[in-house]
Amino acid sequence: MTDVFSNHWKDLLETLLNRGAGAGADLVEVFLERTNHVGVLAEQDQITSVNPSFAKGAGLRVFRGGRDGFVSTNDLTQDGLTRALDQALAMLGLEVNSLSSSDDRFNGLDSLIDHGVTKNDWLSRCPTLVSASQRLLEGTNELERIGQHLQVRRGSYSRDWQEVLVAASDGTFARDIRLHQSTGLSVLAADGDHRSSVGRRYGSTDRPDDLLQWNVQTSAAEVCESAGTMLRADYVDAGQMPVVLANRFGGVIFHEACGHLLETTQIERGTTPFADQVGSLIAHPSVTAVDEGLSGGAFGSLSMDDEGMEPQRTVLIKDGILQRFISDRAGELRTGHQRTGSGRRQSHAFAAASRMRNTFIAAGPHKPKDLLASVDRGLYCKAMGGGSVGPTGQFNFSVEEGYLIENGELTKPVKGATLIGDAKEVMPRISMCADDLELAAGFCGSVSGSIFVTVGQPHIKVDSITVGGR
Amino acid sequence: MATNNGLNASALRDSLQKLATREGISSWDLGAACSDDCSVQVDRGEAKQLKASQRSSITVRVWNKDGLVGITSTTDLSDAGLEQALVGAHEASRFGNPDDIPHFSPLAKAPLPELNRPLQERRGILPLLETLREAEADLLSRHPSIQTVPYNGLAESLSQSLYLNSDGALREMERTQASLYLYARAEEAGRKPRSGGALRVGLGSAGLDIAGCIDEAVDRTVSHLAYQPIETGTYNVCFTPEAFLSLIGAFSSIFNARSVLDGVSLSKRESIGETLAVPFLSLHDDGLHPGHISAAPFDGEGTPTKNLCLINRGILKSFLHSEATARAFDVQPTGHAGLGAKVSVGPDWFVLGTSEGCSSGNTLDQSNEKDTFVLIEDLSALHAGVKATQGSFSLPFDGWLVKGGERISVEAATVAGDIRTVLNSILHLESNCEVTHRGISPHVWVEGLSITGEA
Repeated sequence: MTDVFSNHWKDLLETLLNRGAGAGADLVEVFLERTNHVGVLAEQDQITSVNPSFAKGAGLRVFRGGRDGFVSTNDLTQDGLTRALDQALAMLGLEVNSLSSSDDRFNGLDSLIDHGVTKNDWLSRCPTLVSASQRLLEGTNELERIGQHLQVRRGSYSRDWQEVLVAASDGTFARDIRLHQSTGLSVLAADGDHRSSVGRRYGSTDRPDDLLQWNVQTSAAEVCESAGTMLRADYVDAGQMPVVLANRFGGVIFHEACGHLLETTQIERGTTPFADQVGSLIAHPSVTAVDEGLSGGAFGSLSMDDEGMEPQRTVLIKDGILQRFISDRAGELRTGHQRTGSGRRQSHAFAAASRMRNTFIAAGPHKPKDLLASVDRGLYCKAMGGGSVGPTGQFNFSVEEGYLIENGELTKPVKGATLIGDAKEVMPRISMCADDLELAAGFCGSVSGSIFVTVGQPHIKVDSITVGGR
Repeated sequence: MATNNGLNASALRDSLQKLATREGISSWDLGAACSDDCSVQVDRGEAKQLKASQRSSITVRVWNKDGLVGITSTTDLSDAGLEQALVGAHEASRFGNPDDIPHFSPLAKAPLPELNRPLQERRGILPLLETLREAEADLLSRHPSIQTVPYNGLAESLSQSLYLNSDGALREMERTQASLYLYARAEEAGRKPRSGGALRVGLGSAGLDIAGCIDEAVDRTVSHLAYQPIETGTYNVCFTPEAFLSLIGAFSSIFNARSVLDGVSLSKRESIGETLAVPFLSLHDDGLHPGHISAAPFDGEGTPTKNLCLINRGILKSFLHSEATARAFDVQPTGHAGLGAKVSVGPDWFVLGTSEGCSSGNTLDQSNEKDTFVLIEDLSALHAGVKATQGSFSLPFDGWLVKGGERISVEAATVAGDIRTVLNSILHLESNCEVTHRGISPHVWVEGLSITGEA
C-alpha cells in the first residue's frame, strides 16, 4: 500500500470496515497516521541535541452497544490491519463470519474530504535543521547579551508533522495534515544561594515559517526580566486571599478547574460535579467561556478532529450558565451530548476522547488596573506553571512569577506559590474579567495522551483562593 | 526485523551493517524495543474500554567520519524504515556536539547480572475483563459511599528490548509485566466527594495482589470521608514510604551526573563526599532489587545494571552515570543511561533506609505517636509544584492531622519546603520498610514543614 494517505487506501479501508460491520459491530473506525518529528536543543552556545523521529501506525476501534474495543499497531499491511481489526472484534465477542453481511451497517465510504490538499508542501517549507539551529543560537546568544547571573541558557525547537486518514463505517472518510511547531527559551539564574529558573514557550499550528517570524529579542527579554525579578524573591506567605491572574497562560486555571470537568469523559466516569447542570448557574455571571478549534494558527486549532469531524466554536458557559459539554463519538454515544469536533488523541496508539482545543474565558468590561485596584492585600500571578485536576474536582497549579498586591498596587515579587481549590467553589468567585484576552500555547495530558492546546483569558480576579506556600 | 514473535536481533544487525557499509559508516549502535500489550477498563460492571497494542521502535545512532554523533528513531522496522533511520542519523550527525561525543560503553560487553524474573503466561483480554469486573464489584460493595471507581485498569504486557553495536555488543531481554489500579470516588450527603486508590504491579496478571489492592483502595477512600480543614502552620510531618520516595524521585537531579554537568542540579562536581542528609540516612539505587518488577539487566547503552550507593551516613557517595558523564568524572558508567545524541541519565529504583550501625536516636511511630503531627499519604502535582533546580517544592497532598493518636483527614492542603532542608531535618526513619512501585522506604519523619490549609 502506498505510503501517502489518499484515495488509494479506499478499497482496503472499505474491506476492513465491511469485515467489522459484517461481524456485528455498530461502528468501526480506522485511524491511520504518519509522523515526522524533529527536536533541536541549544545549550549555552552549542547545539547539543538533534532528534529526528518517524512513526506510522493505525488505531482501530470497534463499537458494540456502549462498549468499545481498540487496537493499535505499527503494521500497516493488509494482514497487519486485518489482524488488529479481528482482535478488536474479538474483544467484544464478535467473530468474522464469511456468511454474514454488513446489512445496512456499512454502505461504503463517502468521497474523501481532503483537508490536507493545500498542505502537502508544508513539511518541505519548514525550517531546515541548519536554519532552526541558527535561530536557537540567536536566542541563547541574546540571553547571554542581556541576561544577568545566568548559569544555564537553553533554546529548544520542536516540529511535529502529522498526516492522518480517518475512515469509519458511518461513511466518514477524511484526510488532514497537521503541523505544530514550538520554540522555547529557558534560563537558570544563580547568585550565591539565590536561584530562579524561568522558561517561556511559544507555539503555533499550520504556519511552516513560524520559526523565522519568531521575535528572538522580545522572547529573550521577557525571560531575562522574569528570571532577574524572581532571583531574590521571597517565598509567598500562605493563606486564603484574593488573586488576580494575568492574561494568556493564566487561562490554565479555567482549563484545570473547569475545562476538564466539561469533557464528556468526565460524565462517563462520574467525576464531574456539572453533569446535570446544563442550564444552571455554575460560575459568576461575569464568566463566559469558550472552547473552539478555529482560531488561525492557534496551537489547539484543527481542520478536523481525530474522528474526521470539523471543529466548532463551542460556548461552554455564557454569563455563568452552563451551555454544553465538549463531546466526541464515544461521549455522544454514552452521554447523549452531541459531538463538537473534539475527539482528539496523541497518536494512533490512543483511542480518541473528548478533549479541549483552544479554551478561554471571554473578555470582560474592566481594565486590568481595575482588578488590582479592587484588592487590598492579595496575590498577582503574572506567570503560571503547570497544574492538574483530580477525580473530585480538586485542582492545583503553580505560580512561576507572583507579586504581592497591597492597597491596589503591585509591590514585591514572591515565589513558591501553589493555588489549590475546588472547581465548584472557585468558578463563582471569578468576579471580574478585564478586556485584554490573549491565548497561549500549551500541552495537555489526559486519557488520550498529550495533545496540543491553547489556554487563554483576560486578566481575571478570583475573590478568594487557597495559596499554598511557606 | 520485527515478527509476530518479536525482534530478530541478528537480522537487525545484518541489515544495519549492510546499510552502514554502503553509507561509509564504521561506528553505529542501535536500541530497539517491541511490546504486545492489552488492558481493560470497566464502569459499574460493564466493559468500558478494551485495548491492545503491538508496538515496535528502534533508535539508531551513528558516528560520522569526523567522529560526531547523530541519531534517529522510527517505528518502521522494514528495510526502508531502517534505511530512513540510518540516513537520518547520518544527516543529524552534522549537528553533533564536538564537546560532548558519546562513545560505546566500556561495559557494553561485560557480563550481565542474573535477574530472576521468569516470564509469566498472559491470560488474554477476556479473563482480564472478568477479573477487573469482579474487583470493581467487590470494591463497590465495601462501603455505601463508594459509588464509582472512575479510574481503573488491569493490564498485561510482553516486551522485548535489545542493544547492539558495530563493536559486537549484543544485549537482549524479554519480560512480562502486569498492573492493576483502582481509584475510587466516595461521596456522602452534604460533603465534598473524596477519592483514593491503590496500584499493584507484578510479573503476570495471575500473581497480582488483587485483594490487597481492593483493601487499600477502600481504606484510602473511606478513611478520608470525615475530613476537616487544617490550620496553616508548621508541623512535624511523617511521610509514608510512597510519598517520600515520590519526593526524592522528583529531586533525583541531585544524583544525576548529566544534570551536574549541565548546571541544573543542586549538586556540583565536587559535591561527592559532602554531607547531604542526616548522618543516619542511607540511599541506594538498586535496579536489581527483587522487589523491582520492571528490572532490566542493562541500560540504553548496554551497561549492566547494578546496586549503587548514593548516600551513606548522610554523605553523598556517587552520582548516576552514562558512558559520557562517567568519562567526564573519570569513573565507570553505572547503568543509568538512555540512548540519545545527548544521552539522558535517570534513576532506577530507590532503596532508602538507616545506614548500617546508625540510629536516629528517636523512637517515633506513626501508629502510636501522641504528639500532634501530619501524616502525608500521597503527594500530588509533582510535575508542577517541584522546582528541582531551586530545591523548593509546594505540593497538594492527601493525609491526616494526627492529634493525641486520633487521625483526622485533612481537607485540601499543601506542604512546602526545600529538599536540602528536608534531608537534614529527618527526625527518624521507622524500622519497617515497605516495597512500593517506586522503591523501598520506611515511614520518614521530618521536622517543621509548612502546611497551608483552609481553616
